[in-house]
Amino acid sequence: MKYAYYPGCASDSTAREQHASCSAVARALGIDLTEIEGWTCCGTTPAHQTDRVLSASLPAANLARAQKMGLDVVVTCAACYSMLKMANYEVLRHPKIREHVGEALGHDYDGSVRVRHFVEVLLEDVEIDRIKKALKRSLNGLKVACYYGCLLVRPPEVNRFDNPENPVSLDRLVTAIGGESLDWPHKVECCGGALSLTRSDVVVKLSDAVLTMARAAGAECVAVACPMCQINLDLRQSDIKKETGRDHNLPIIYITQLLGLCLGISADKLGLEKLMVSPERIVQRLT
Amino acid sequence: MTIRIKKDKTSPGLLRTVEKLADVDLSVCFQCKKCDSGCPVSNLTGAPPSEILRRLHLCAGNELLASDLVWMCVSCETCFVRCPMGIDIPSVIDALRGLAVEQKTPAPEGNMPLFNRVFLKTVEMFGRTYDLGMIVAHKIGTKTYMKDAEKFPGMLRKRKIALLPPRGADRKMVKRIFDSVRRAKEKQK
Repeated sequence: MKYAYYPGCASDSTAREQHASCSAVARALGIDLTEIEGWTCCGTTPAHQTDRVLSASLPAANLARAQKMGLDVVVTCAACYSMLKMANYEVLRHPKIREHVGEALGHDYDGSVRVRHFVEVLLEDVEIDRIKKALKRSLNGLKVACYYGCLLVRPPEVNRFDNPENPVSLDRLVTAIGGESLDWPHKVECCGGALSLTRSDVVVKLSDAVLTMARAAGAECVAVACPMCQINLDLRQSDIKKETGRDHNLPIIYITQLLGLCLGISADKLGLEKLMVSPERIVQRLT
Repeated sequence: MTIRIKKDKTSPGLLRTVEKLADVDLSVCFQCKKCDSGCPVSNLTGAPPSEILRRLHLCAGNELLASDLVWMCVSCETCFVRCPMGIDIPSVIDALRGLAVEQKTPAPEGNMPLFNRVFLKTVEMFGRTYDLGMIVAHKIGTKTYMKDAEKFPGMLRKRKIALLPPRGADRKMVKRIFDSVRRAKEKQK
């Protein structure tokens, strides 16, 4: 199993622990992630808010590199995932955009490189049975609210990731490693990530709604697969407490960190210490 | 919602421009308001998505660009998923954002246009985002020095945010892309 790995900008800043845990899990399961040399930013929200050709060209530059490697692209960040997939969608549907992207890159890109989220690789290529065989520990009935947010599942015509209203990919993984995945209604509600720096008042309201619902469902932690969801829900808990008095105190943990723990990988290799709300009590719960 | 229209309003407004930019047909909207129901910010905004579309139908002009939803929209795509007519509303909002920047509409609360500019500037400079650089630039531009300041010591201690700019990106390619997009825009004008 070999893939062209696109770590995304957060992998070197706010989501080092996602990058670290994803790499460690890949090693443990025999997945070869070869980093795309010289990869560049996908442009994310600021690009698509600014210019349609820019927002297709920035991801396409990376897809073109992966094409030379002859491999599928694997992404861990939901925002990058959505941008790379959207670039393919735009190039394939609009000859004019393909032409402009070609001009920007200095060569044509045909939109044919397959883009996959690491969770898809785990479920479709490695498969649950093989993951189960590699487990060293269990989540021991830990109650987990799996949170998908926006960009993994939407828009479905472009992403084609699971069911857009009730996805279960993360739930399947959590169940496989011995956790109890909770049935709760805010799986795909937005945490306000795009406004993280500019309108934190809005972010606090949206994140509070998600966390309140997770707690009401009995969650001991929230599992995520997106760096924006992670940092928002984790970092804004102190603001939520300040503004509403609600102290959620819920660890927001990457699915790859949970899986890594169960594969017997040590907490420091998974970057658990980087989470703002300490996941210590989750680690204690494992058997 | 009550929408007031000036009696002498005869110009077609922004409708066709937005339809072209966003590559959508807004005439199919029948105001079912499913977009509003799913919109996470519709109860915080003055005009929810359905109202933006209706105003466009009713020949709204540049005054629409000052609607708070234009920059409060979180681009979560829920409205698009649930629209029974498949209207790509997030692209409509993106088109309005582009027009707002072009028309130099006064900066909205939180100054998202500035955020977008400084974000893309770090990408153009380093080939990848430089969080700290863009946060500092946005703080200077909005004079919000103390906002979230208490969070940085903890984040830096945990190395939850990078101190130095990123390295290793193919900066030439990124520069080339930005230059090409700028040239194309100038040619359009």
